[in-house]
Amino acid sequence: MQRRMKEAVIKHVFLATAITSLAILALIMIFLFMEGLPTFGFVSLKAFLTGFDWYPTDEVKPDYGILPLISASGAVTALSSLLAIPLGVMTAVYLAEIANPRVRAVAKPVVEMLASLPSVVLGFFGMVVLAPFLQDYFNIPVGLNLCNASIMLAIMSVPTIASVSEDAIYAVPRELKEASLALGATHLETLTRVTIPAALSGIGTAVILGMSRAIGETMVVLMVAGGAAVVPLSVFDPVRPMPASIAAEMAEAPFRSHHYHALFAIAMVLFVVTLGFNILADYISHKHRQVGSASL
Amino acid sequence: MNTPASTAVATGQPMARPQFLVNARGRDIRRKSLEWFVFMLLRGAIIIVGAALVVIIGFLVKNGISVINWHFLLDAPRNNMTEGGVWPCIVGTLLLSLGSMAVALPLGVSSAIYLHEYARPGTLMRVIRLGVNNLAGVPSVVFGLFGLGLFVTVMKLGVSLAAGWLTLGALCLPVVIGTAEEALRNVPATYREASLALGGTKWQTIWRVVLPSALPGILTGSILGIGRAAGETAAIMFTAAVFYTPKMPQNIFSDVMALPYHIYVLATAGTEIEKTRPLQYGTSLVLIALVLGMNLAAILLRAWLQKRHAR
Repeated sequence: MQRRMKEAVIKHVFLATAITSLAILALIMIFLFMEGLPTFGFVSLKAFLTGFDWYPTDEVKPDYGILPLISASGAVTALSSLLAIPLGVMTAVYLAEIANPRVRAVAKPVVEMLASLPSVVLGFFGMVVLAPFLQDYFNIPVGLNLCNASIMLAIMSVPTIASVSEDAIYAVPRELKEASLALGATHLETLTRVTIPAALSGIGTAVILGMSRAIGETMVVLMVAGGAAVVPLSVFDPVRPMPASIAAEMAEAPFRSHHYHALFAIAMVLFVVTLGFNILADYISHKHRQVGSASL
Repeated sequence: MNTPASTAVATGQPMARPQFLVNARGRDIRRKSLEWFVFMLLRGAIIIVGAALVVIIGFLVKNGISVINWHFLLDAPRNNMTEGGVWPCIVGTLLLSLGSMAVALPLGVSSAIYLHEYARPGTLMRVIRLGVNNLAGVPSVVFGLFGLGLFVTVMKLGVSLAAGWLTLGALCLPVVIGTAEEALRNVPATYREASLALGGTKWQTIWRVVLPSALPGILTGSILGIGRAAGETAAIMFTAAVFYTPKMPQNIFSDVMALPYHIYVLATAGTEIEKTRPLQYGTSLVLIALVLGMNLAAILLRAWLQKRHAR
């Protein structure tokens, strides 16, 4: 009897720790909203989200419009996805389907090591190498801009996209591929008409996770995006995505000032967007999960 | 291929090839060459990825290696951080990453034990998993603000090691849960069944059988977690790291210098950014050596484990 009691207690202790993650997520939400919501006491939600001017430190009439920051985040994410999605998915297909075991044993750690490079190091590389290169090559006044940030962010999200899609491609049942090959299809035809369609939901999840990583990434955009809070009109415009604004200004914003609350409100927007992306990724991977070989 | 056309060619008999076979062969060649072309493209993708890694690391090594010596590693920054070394940053980074693992490891492993050993598929498990996945997706700067709000301000820890540990611990938790779960998944079910058959309770089975076999896998995960925490910047810039401090950390309420934040500060906010370039390269090199070293250790450990499992 005592033994059974002990077992029940232990089970509940484990349950409690498993709920910690949920609790942390809830606490993050509570704190962001607690510090962020006061923003809407001095600026309306509409003006906040659609205002074109972000001058939070202006002493006479500060402006708290984050449209330039939102559009900058959108632009770097879109442009980096344009580079990272094809590269990531192609890498995944290569690793899962084409590489022989020897190549794979080298190539996979390479992808993992790229994933583990600290973002501040990538940002530094973008500053000292890519920026002067872009400046010279395209003959533009500043090398720290949307284009530079997108390239560095793409390097960050390729490993995420590659490893999640690779798992999905790897998980496609062998019988499906063998059936296709037995019918006379080439390896490529099997890939494009059988394997990739079967892994499509996993690849979709990978793409969304990669984009969510790009939106939330801070150090790279803080260091190489250029920092100008304007709506970008060209790929060589300097921009100021949301995470960069938070990281750059938080240290200077007086505690619980309007500026401080506005920065938390930006973090709220960022949190809601990434949460949305992650829930979408989760939904896709559960809804269209490949179960056995029957559901294709 | 033993089609009429090919026998005709082989025996040298003049014989008109049926048109559909000519078409089929042409199509086969097209199919094969398209395949060759696409596979080349795919190889190109992996080469670009590899080249990115080689170029980044190569460049940092090329420019940073000349700065690295014992003085650089073991001295404190001097003269407004334009000279001297990075010792306080190395200490700070090691303390931050090891401490955050001390927070994340017990929580992460026991979460994984619940998810893998106890939980039945259902709504609760689905919700917990959704929570873990979403926590993994929270941007690091948001973790930083959360740490600032909760640990620094409300819990009054100030900008300190302790606040950094808790913030980074929360950030690494999903990584630890993921790898620990994988380690548990790799323990054969027969181990558990044998222990249960001998009359062991569920807890005894987990404690004496499952955990010891999963330990190397869990170790791999925690090394990866430490590497992740060591490179993290945005989460510590409001919670633990400072621009410059002349003191080494005295206790858990001390603020610290850290390698990633040091790089950021030197590269963007210093008074003489150009003059300190060599220091920036050197610091970056130390950081990636630390992080990649840990990752390499984890990769090798995992390879060794797989070999052992295969036997």
